[in-house]
Amino acid sequence: MSTSLVYAAYIVAAILFILALAGLSRHESAKHGNLFGIAGMAIALVATIILAINGVYRSGLDEAAKKAGEWGLGLLVLAMVIGAAIGIWRARVVEMTGMPELIAMMHSFVGLAAVLVGYNSYLEVHGNPVYEDLMHRAGLTGIHNGEVFLGVFIGAVTFTGSIVAFLKLSARMSSKPLMLPARHWLNLLAVVVSFGLLIAFILSPQLWILAAMTAIALAFGWHLVASIGGGDMPVVVSMLNSYSGWAAAASGFMLNNDLLIVTGALVGSSGAYLSYIMCRAMNRSFVSVIAGGFGSDGAVTSGDTDYGEHREISAVETAELLTDASSVIITPGYGMATAQAQHAVADLTRKLRDKGVEVRFGIHPVAGRLPGHMNVLLAEAKVPYDIVLEMDEINEDFPSTDVVLVIGANDTVNPAAIDEPGSPIAGMPVLHVWEAKSVVVFKRSMNAGYAGVQNPLFFKENSAMLFGDARDRVEDIIKAL
Amino acid sequence: MRIGVPAETHPGETRVSATPATVAKLLGLGYDVLVESGAGRAANHSDAAFEAAGASIGARAQVWASDIVFGINSPTTEEIAMLRPGAIVICLLAPALKPDLVAALTERGVTAMAMDAVPRISRAQALDVLSSMANIAGYRAVLEAAHEFGSFFTGQVTAAGKVPPAKVFISGAGVAGLAAIGTAGSLGAMVRATDVRPEVAEQVESMGAEFVKPNVASQEVSSDGYAKEVGADYAAAAALMYAEQCAQVDIVVTTALIPGRPAPRLITKEMVAAMKPGSVIVDMAAGSGGNVEGSVADQLVVTDNGVKIIGYTDLAGRLPAQASQLFGTNLVNLMTLLTPGKDGQPVLHFDDVIVRGMTVCKDGTTMWPPPPVQVSAAPAAAGAGAAAAAAAAVAAKPEKVVNPNRKFWVIGIVAAAFLLLSTILPGAFLPHFTVFVLAVVIGYYVIGNVHHALHTPLMSVTNAISGIIVVGALLQVPSDNPAIKWVAFVAILLASINVFGGFTVTQRMLNMFRKA
Repeated sequence: MSTSLVYAAYIVAAILFILALAGLSRHESAKHGNLFGIAGMAIALVATIILAINGVYRSGLDEAAKKAGEWGLGLLVLAMVIGAAIGIWRARVVEMTGMPELIAMMHSFVGLAAVLVGYNSYLEVHGNPVYEDLMHRAGLTGIHNGEVFLGVFIGAVTFTGSIVAFLKLSARMSSKPLMLPARHWLNLLAVVVSFGLLIAFILSPQLWILAAMTAIALAFGWHLVASIGGGDMPVVVSMLNSYSGWAAAASGFMLNNDLLIVTGALVGSSGAYLSYIMCRAMNRSFVSVIAGGFGSDGAVTSGDTDYGEHREISAVETAELLTDASSVIITPGYGMATAQAQHAVADLTRKLRDKGVEVRFGIHPVAGRLPGHMNVLLAEAKVPYDIVLEMDEINEDFPSTDVVLVIGANDTVNPAAIDEPGSPIAGMPVLHVWEAKSVVVFKRSMNAGYAGVQNPLFFKENSAMLFGDARDRVEDIIKAL
Repeated sequence: MRIGVPAETHPGETRVSATPATVAKLLGLGYDVLVESGAGRAANHSDAAFEAAGASIGARAQVWASDIVFGINSPTTEEIAMLRPGAIVICLLAPALKPDLVAALTERGVTAMAMDAVPRISRAQALDVLSSMANIAGYRAVLEAAHEFGSFFTGQVTAAGKVPPAKVFISGAGVAGLAAIGTAGSLGAMVRATDVRPEVAEQVESMGAEFVKPNVASQEVSSDGYAKEVGADYAAAAALMYAEQCAQVDIVVTTALIPGRPAPRLITKEMVAAMKPGSVIVDMAAGSGGNVEGSVADQLVVTDNGVKIIGYTDLAGRLPAQASQLFGTNLVNLMTLLTPGKDGQPVLHFDDVIVRGMTVCKDGTTMWPPPPVQVSAAPAAAGAGAAAAAAAAVAAKPEKVVNPNRKFWVIGIVAAAFLLLSTILPGAFLPHFTVFVLAVVIGYYVIGNVHHALHTPLMSVTNAISGIIVVGALLQVPSDNPAIKWVAFVAILLASINVFGGFTVTQRMLNMFRKA
């Protein structure tokens, strides 16, 4: 197969990836989008493997090199089979509540792969005097060194950043932000030193420079995410997604591979835009997210305000409230995921809908630990997606709603964001649940949410607290119905 | 603390700032109330009734020496002299029009709160006397007009012949205007109304009247809930409309007031001259200059062509019992706001926009004018109605407006910098870079309208796609350098987990999404 055919296949693959992303933005076309993605990937892989085979059997290669090539092709198949087996197995058994961890883990793989590919590319050029000389005469050594350096840097940051995100999401590490003194200066120092090393590396491509930068980048990625609190993980995961794309694009530059460049840039820019959407939903500055450690600056807890007494309600009383209601809105949060309450909630929804009660869901853009996390959980529990509405779609309907069930959400339904200009979450758009006739808040205790802010909602006259594990309480309500 | 309720001395004033009913509520907030003897006489509240409600009756000097002094009208110089320094005086003050009064109150060292400076936000409606008084005045204006008008309001077919319904034109659809529309409508008249704020058309129509507007393209949406002065084009078109309406209708009620300014002149002598004899005009703004040329404050003027112009300024006071009751209740609501502890101790929190807006002076410092409060009377502009009040208190963060010129320059500079940079880059780099830049743009646009529910699947599919990094490793694995070979092996393995796992999990998620 000729090389031009391979490049034609790459173009087709790139177009299919664009169609995949476009398809994924709407429910109707989402499945087609995924199939486009699979098709694009299949074409790209087949074309590349053919290219690799062509390389091994090209004329003018001595017997030893050919042997090594064939041996390599065997390893290729082996690696892909093992990787595919692990990937498909993990994807099949993962709990939907564990989706954020899985995605964070996968980002780290892309990061590490980018680092490895970068090192290989360095070894290929500088480990082979003939090739090195060829590159040098073409005047490409400098730019290639720069590309290797960037690819490894982004890859390493993505790798450790994703590992930390994974550890935080799976509660293997405290979700509290790590507050090192002068942490912004540390970040700046890491970037400045890396930039200095970049210049040095372009001028004199020594392996130790690359290794030193890798060490710095790994530490930098670790620190970047460690200084972000668990509550801000939706943005972090989305941001790392974007980084993994940039890592792939940088690898494309160093390997002169347009498919990698296109695909990496697509993923990188779409991921960045998604992070931007998330940031807007949390009223945070995009730049401070990229810089890391946002959400921890100036977070003064206004815990000294006395909001009065909260009122408790029992599951039976909640059931009565729901029976008398004609319209109900459920606003879930991370608490629903941790309590694995989505199936019970879906069951409750079905029961109420059978009784003729209008039930809808109001989802805050940053509810959960992953963008769209709540939607995935509700979909898993077979809640139809057309009753699951976005904050902007449902916010105006709260005044005409009888009962709102707040299940494991806190900061996203906090009226302080609107009423208290001094609050750390002031200005963040929130679900206006308190405008409904009555609000039932499912909560384990009176503790504050991730932002560490007390929630005046709990003390409003029309709201009542239903304490306990969300799943147990929802099941109690179903029994009482 | 003691609240003093003096008798009003303003000529013709019939109202009183507390009634036996509101006295009871003030006592409930922990205050003592001292009423000047005879204060409620004109509003049909006897001293005995006040005493029965729990107030004490006292002499004038005693009342003015109270800790808190209520009032309807602003105090005279002699009355200010009777105030104790540090006392709180709450009444209508018109601080924007009476700088001398503000200065005198400041000098006396009292805290003065203007009941006519309540910000127009939802929370403050309970203490907005302008609204409650305007409501009464609008009602009374129509009754005064009916009294002077020589015919029925409602159309009738009688044995003695057919009577056409009266045509009423109301200018200004604020509280007074809307009350007038309602009253005239309930008497059976055909009612038309206009206002400079186009957004009130709906309110006018909801009251059963027809909304008429000048024939111009654009009208301003009010941002603070009050009417503003208008541009020249608009004024010309409006004059034409007023002339047309005056020639057609029997009754005109004008309610146009701009806070802190003389009333706008809406109806000229010529328009009045064009009206039918026997027509009636009620100029509710006669007290602040008049909307109608020829109106005289507190007078009934009959023009040469037999048109009666009513300029009474005490329309609300002509219903003294009702007006006192509403005014008194507004004061009680204010005291409730100021007395969170219900212990008779007022607390003035100046971070509350209502308290800040009303306070004219305190402890010898003039606090007028207060910082502006942006409220949205317009439903269209109300992005977050409830947020408006809070937003006012927050240091307003203006929307970042990018100057198009600046944007142009930024793009120009970046482009120039890139052109310079390209001269030192090797030629082979640029085609790749072209591809890169275009792909970045496509990536941005392609997910521009992503549905929020699909964020997770989108992320997992992009994650799978970024496994494309495997391509690099695939081409490296046949290398004859064992180090490269094994590193590539690991890279392929990791990236393959991503590729296969990512697509599988996306498919799994998408299969779950279903429609009802």
